[in-house]
Amino acid sequence: MKMLRSFIPDTLLIALAVGAFFAFPYDLAFLTRIVIMMIFVLSIDLILGLGGIVTLGQAAMYGTGAYAAGLFAVHVSNDPLLGLLAGMAAGAVIALMSGLLLMRAGGLTLIMLSIAVAQVLAEIANRARDWTGGADGMRGIRMGPILGQWRFDFIGQTGYIYCVVVLFVVLFALKGLKASPLGLMARGIHESPARMRAIGAPVYQRRLILYTIGGAIAGIAGALAAQITQLVSLEVFSFTLSAEAVIMLILGGAGRLYGAILGVLIFMVVHHLAASVDPINWLFLIGLMVLLVVFFLPKGLLSLPPALQRLIGGAR
Amino acid sequence: MKGLQVTGLNKAFGGLVVARDITLSLQPGDRTALIGPNGAGKTTFSNLITGILKPSSGEITLDGRDIRRLGEAQRVKAGIAKTFQITTLFRQLTVRENIRLALLEREGRALRFWHRADRDPGVEAEIEAQLAAFRLVPLADKPVADLAYGQQRLVEMAMTLALKPRVLILDEPAAGVPSSDSPLITDAIEALPKDLAVLIIEHDMKLVFKVARSIIVLVQGAILTQGTPAEIAADTRVRDLYLGAHHA
Repeated sequence: MKMLRSFIPDTLLIALAVGAFFAFPYDLAFLTRIVIMMIFVLSIDLILGLGGIVTLGQAAMYGTGAYAAGLFAVHVSNDPLLGLLAGMAAGAVIALMSGLLLMRAGGLTLIMLSIAVAQVLAEIANRARDWTGGADGMRGIRMGPILGQWRFDFIGQTGYIYCVVVLFVVLFALKGLKASPLGLMARGIHESPARMRAIGAPVYQRRLILYTIGGAIAGIAGALAAQITQLVSLEVFSFTLSAEAVIMLILGGAGRLYGAILGVLIFMVVHHLAASVDPINWLFLIGLMVLLVVFFLPKGLLSLPPALQRLIGGAR
Repeated sequence: MKGLQVTGLNKAFGGLVVARDITLSLQPGDRTALIGPNGAGKTTFSNLITGILKPSSGEITLDGRDIRRLGEAQRVKAGIAKTFQITTLFRQLTVRENIRLALLEREGRALRFWHRADRDPGVEAEIEAQLAAFRLVPLADKPVADLAYGQQRLVEMAMTLALKPRVLILDEPAAGVPSSDSPLITDAIEALPKDLAVLIIEHDMKLVFKVARSIIVLVQGAILTQGTPAEIAADTRVRDLYLGAHHA
C-alpha cells in the first residue's frame, strides 16, 4: 500500500503531461519550455534543497550545456541524444571547475561568486563571436531525428515528448539518488557540516560532488533548450534565469523534488496568464503570489495540503 | 608507540599562547579527564588533537604514526572521534538515520547512489545493535530535534562509537544535561569499550571523579599537574586554582 502510494505523484504527473499534450496542441512550445525549466529547477533542488548549497548562478551550467549542445550539433553531429550527453558533460565540467573555488566558500560569498561565474561565462560567450555568434546568438543548429526515427516537427510534438521523457528520466534518477546513501549524505551536509566532518566525511569534496551532479543536470536542461529552439543566445547565462529558478523552487518547496515540478508549473502558468491578461502589471501578481507563499507556507506550495488538513482538523 | 602520543605541543594565535608545551600520552583503556578553569585551553587542546586547529609546533602521533598533516575528516578515519561541547547532530534526520550515516561513512559507502540507503544488511544490523546498546530503540524513528537534550547526548555518543574509534574525546559530555538525566551520561561512559582510550574534558567534578582514573589539570595552556583523582583532590595548588573557585 505504502509502495503504491509513492507512485501517486508520478502517475498524476504522467497524466498531466499526456493531458496537456492533447488539451493544448497549439501551446506545445510553451509547455516544452515549462518541462525544460522543471529539469533546470530540479538541478537546483539537488544542490540547494538537498545539499543546502545556496547559489544564484546555476545558469552558468545551463548556459554551458546549451552552448555545448549547440556547438556539438553544428560541428560534430546532429544526433539529439549525443548532443544531450555533450551538454550534460559540459555542465558537469564547468560545475566541477568553478566548484573547486566555489565550494570552499559559503553564505554570501558563495552567492556572489556563483553570480560572478555566470557573468564571466556570458562575457566569454559574447567575445567568442566566431564560435557563439556573440550577442546575435548561435544560429544554424539543425537537429537530426531522435534515435534516427523521430524528426522534430513544426508544431513541436516530438520536442515536447522528447523533453517529457528526459524529465522523467531525470526525476526518477534523482528520486533514486535522494533515497540512496549519497542522498542521505547530502542531507547530512545540509544539516550539519561540522557533524559530517566529525564522522569522517571530507565536506568540501562532498559538496563538490553534489555541485557537479547538479551541473550535469542543469547542462541537460540547457542542451534541451538549445536543441528545441535551435538557437542559443547570451540569455542562457542571465542572472534572471538563475534567480527565477530559485524562486520557483522556493515557491513549490525545496528538497522534495516534486516541489520543483509544482513550483515551475505554477510560476510559469501564472506568469503566462497574468502577462496575457495584463501585460503591464503582471509582475505585481507574481510578486504577490511569491510573497504570500513564502509568508504563509515557508515550506512551499507542496506543504499546502498538509497545512489545510491541520487547519480543518483543528477546527473540528 | 601505542596510543595517542602528544609531545611538546604549542599553539599561539599571534602573541596569545593557548597551548604551551603540552606532553601527554593516552593508551587503550585509559580514562583521562582534562580539567582546568575557563579559558585554560581545554577546547583548544581538543581542537589540536582532532585537527580543527594546526599546532604551531610539537608532535602528535597515533600508534606511532604522525597525524599532524591529516585534516579533520582524515583523523576521524585514523581513529580519533569526538563529541561536541554543544550537541551537534543532523537534527531533522531520525535517530536511526543519524547512526546510519555515521556507519555508511565509516564503511566508505556514503557515495553509493545505486541502492537505497537502508538496504545494507550489515549496516542495518549494526544500527539495531547500537540502538539497543544505548536504549534508543523506542526513539529510533523520531527526528533528533524532537528528543530531550540528554537523549540527544546519547545519540551523539552512539553515533561516535559507531565509528569504532580508538581514541574518543568527550567535550563536556554533561554540559547542558539536566541533573536528573546525568546518570544516563555516566552510565554510557562507564559502558564504553574497555580497550578504548577516552579523554574527557569536563567541568562537572562529580562526573570527573566518578569516571576518570587519571586527571590532567590545564592552566593557561600548560599542564599544571597530572595524577590520580585522589592525588589531584589532595593537591593544594589545584584546590586553589580550580576547585577553590567552585567550592568557595
